Amino acid sequence: MEHYLDNSATTVVSVNAAKKAYEIMTENYGNPSSLHLKGMYAEQELVKARRTVAKTLAASSDEIFFTSGGTEANNAALLGTAQAKKRRGNKIVVSSIEHSSIIETAKKLENDGFDVVYINPRSDGAIHKEDVLNQIDSSTILVSVMSVNNETGAVMQISDIFSAVKAKNSEVVCHTDAVQAFGKLTLNARKMNADLISVSGHKVHAPKGCGALYIKKGVRIVPFHYGGEQEGRIRPGTEALPLIAAFGTACDEFKIDENYRKIKLLNDYARKNLANIDGVVVNSAENALPYVLNISAGRVRSETMLHFLEEFDVFVSSGSACAKGKPSHVLQAMGIDKNRADSALRISFSKYNTTDDIDELCRGIEQGLKVLAHR
Amino acid sequence: MKEILLLKDGEIVLKGLNRRSFEDVLKKNLKYALRSLGSFEITSAQSTIYVKPLSESIDLDEACDRVSRVFGIASFSRAAVCEKTIESVLETVPVYLEKELNAVKTFKVEAKRSDKRFPLKSPEICRETGGEILSKFPHLKVDVHNPELTVNVEIRDFGAYIHGEPHKGAGGIPVGTGGKAAILISGGIDSPVAAYMMAKRGIQLTAIHFASPPYTSRRAEDKVVRLLRKVSKYAGSMTMYTVPFTKIQEKIKEECPEELFTIIMRRLMMQISSKIAERNDCLALVTGESLGQVASQTIGALACTDDASDMLVFRPLIGMDKQEIIDISYRIDTYNISIEPYEDCCTVFTPKHPRTRPVLKYVKEAQEKPNFEPLVEEAVNNLKVTHISAEDE
Repeated sequence: MEHYLDNSATTVVSVNAAKKAYEIMTENYGNPSSLHLKGMYAEQELVKARRTVAKTLAASSDEIFFTSGGTEANNAALLGTAQAKKRRGNKIVVSSIEHSSIIETAKKLENDGFDVVYINPRSDGAIHKEDVLNQIDSSTILVSVMSVNNETGAVMQISDIFSAVKAKNSEVVCHTDAVQAFGKLTLNARKMNADLISVSGHKVHAPKGCGALYIKKGVRIVPFHYGGEQEGRIRPGTEALPLIAAFGTACDEFKIDENYRKIKLLNDYARKNLANIDGVVVNSAENALPYVLNISAGRVRSETMLHFLEEFDVFVSSGSACAKGKPSHVLQAMGIDKNRADSALRISFSKYNTTDDIDELCRGIEQGLKVLAHR
Repeated sequence: MKEILLLKDGEIVLKGLNRRSFEDVLKKNLKYALRSLGSFEITSAQSTIYVKPLSESIDLDEACDRVSRVFGIASFSRAAVCEKTIESVLETVPVYLEKELNAVKTFKVEAKRSDKRFPLKSPEICRETGGEILSKFPHLKVDVHNPELTVNVEIRDFGAYIHGEPHKGAGGIPVGTGGKAAILISGGIDSPVAAYMMAKRGIQLTAIHFASPPYTSRRAEDKVVRLLRKVSKYAGSMTMYTVPFTKIQEKIKEECPEELFTIIMRRLMMQISSKIAERNDCLALVTGESLGQVASQTIGALACTDDASDMLVFRPLIGMDKQEIIDISYRIDTYNISIEPYEDCCTVFTPKHPRTRPVLKYVKEAQEKPNFEPLVEEAVNNLKVTHISAEDE
């Protein structure tokens, strides 16, 4: 049996979401922009999906803009805001533990002449309000802090951070990459004080290739794609309706509180059992999101252990899947020493996991630590 | 319009009585390279190989691309075939070379008349053709010393051929005429280049790759397969043997001094490789080593590695700079695969301070104590065999 414990990388598509995509591809395949009836039926699906996604953020439909995923939403947020606000100021504040789609975009803006400041986490892996606030001044135009870190599960107090930022300079646009929090924590765009929120479908049992950017009413970003009038001109091009509708279906299936309780128990179970294995240390903080558990196993390199676990049909990740093989910049920023970071594994859960998966994981790690040569 | 590829033999022309056998191999290699594109008739005469497509629908652009990677060809031209009359030549030239002629300001005509029954002599053909071109393309001037374009008219036994500037061929000598050798391939930048260079000298390759799962991943092995497919476009199809190397590496790690890990590992690789090579009738091993590039490639380290096997070892990159190697890897299109970041067995247990001047006597002693022999036997008897063909790309 397969033990898929890499749900922060991607998730299995729910049966209903897959069915929805299939239905849209084979029956309701019209172009939402077409004037005829077939187009209208397609448009209705689009409207429905948008409403569902909006609801998960307690936002209104016209604040949701579908994108190809989290990376595109993050790009649109940063580049679009920088472009829109460049006359107002030059300073951009991001955390150093962001996903590469923020870090790399920030570097590009740095090359373009923006003054980009990177905020490091404290030892709990989280970004703290005071550290952000220190960097806010009259020239600051944008702050981007992720809601939950993808490697450690560290939860940022987004609402606190953003309200403090706004109190100091109300002109600052606040963006959060909520990809890892979406569907796992109850999100409310207003309460978060966010102007822009990025979310992604494939982390929540929707297909890959679809995400959304929440843009608070009244906030303007400059698009970097041009074409038709779709998605309020922010993201022109015929909508990927099979993916978008499936995304909507997946959001309809959210049971945030119920799943949270379940995953919390699973995480506790994993922490308890992993603690019994000699050589395993937990890197995630106690108060991290239970969906993600970052550990280091002995002094076996992440990649080696990961491949060893394949033999048990156990799939975990070394840091973030987008960083393929590179040492984790997040763990380094947390001040975790190189050896420990080199042997880090990220275990990430979904509602489909059971204690069986964790038992097999523990069995695999235990055996790996016995037979694999240490560095 | 009917077209044909005219290929000029490279070094082969210098061969004496063996020349026919070289040409036969070359024709066979061409046939193999082109076979998935359709049927061709491949014949040779007067140190030229004629590649004639037997159907109009054959993609000749792709055929040229493939021919450009077949070793043994100095240059090649894509030519129009016309009747062996001056009228037909004059009619064909301006049509077939219209684009080329429009793109330049100066030209000259070169004629070859190997069929002496043709009524006009070469200078006369040039004159007639040049006149015709000038009348159709008034912007052109003749420049016999430094023309931007040379228009070639060849009157041969089988027909008349019209073509512009010839393309550079891959050079070298035909793969298979130089015997067999085994390349040790890791997945880095160097070994695919070494493989390419030996294939260029006519060597038929067998590939040997060392895999240490779970320290190395399936992706690392897959990467090597993809690299070899790129090399296959030049070197022809080959067999790849994957050696299960985990136990040996673990034993090295456990029982040998750390600073000698790499040297001992490489010695064992050479031992295993020469056994595999012998079984496959290979007369030599090929490695991508380049002097002084890393600790295991100093003259002292290479002396220790070399001692591990009696077999002849080719190191075609030995005197090259990294940048020169990278330039070739770009050209043969392996670079972007080589730089993918998967761990290979050479980087699994790298010592912090490897010995750069190892002494053979001590290395041998360190290798003797743990008994590697049974593990070597086990590895050699459990090879995984993969067939590599450029067409699977």
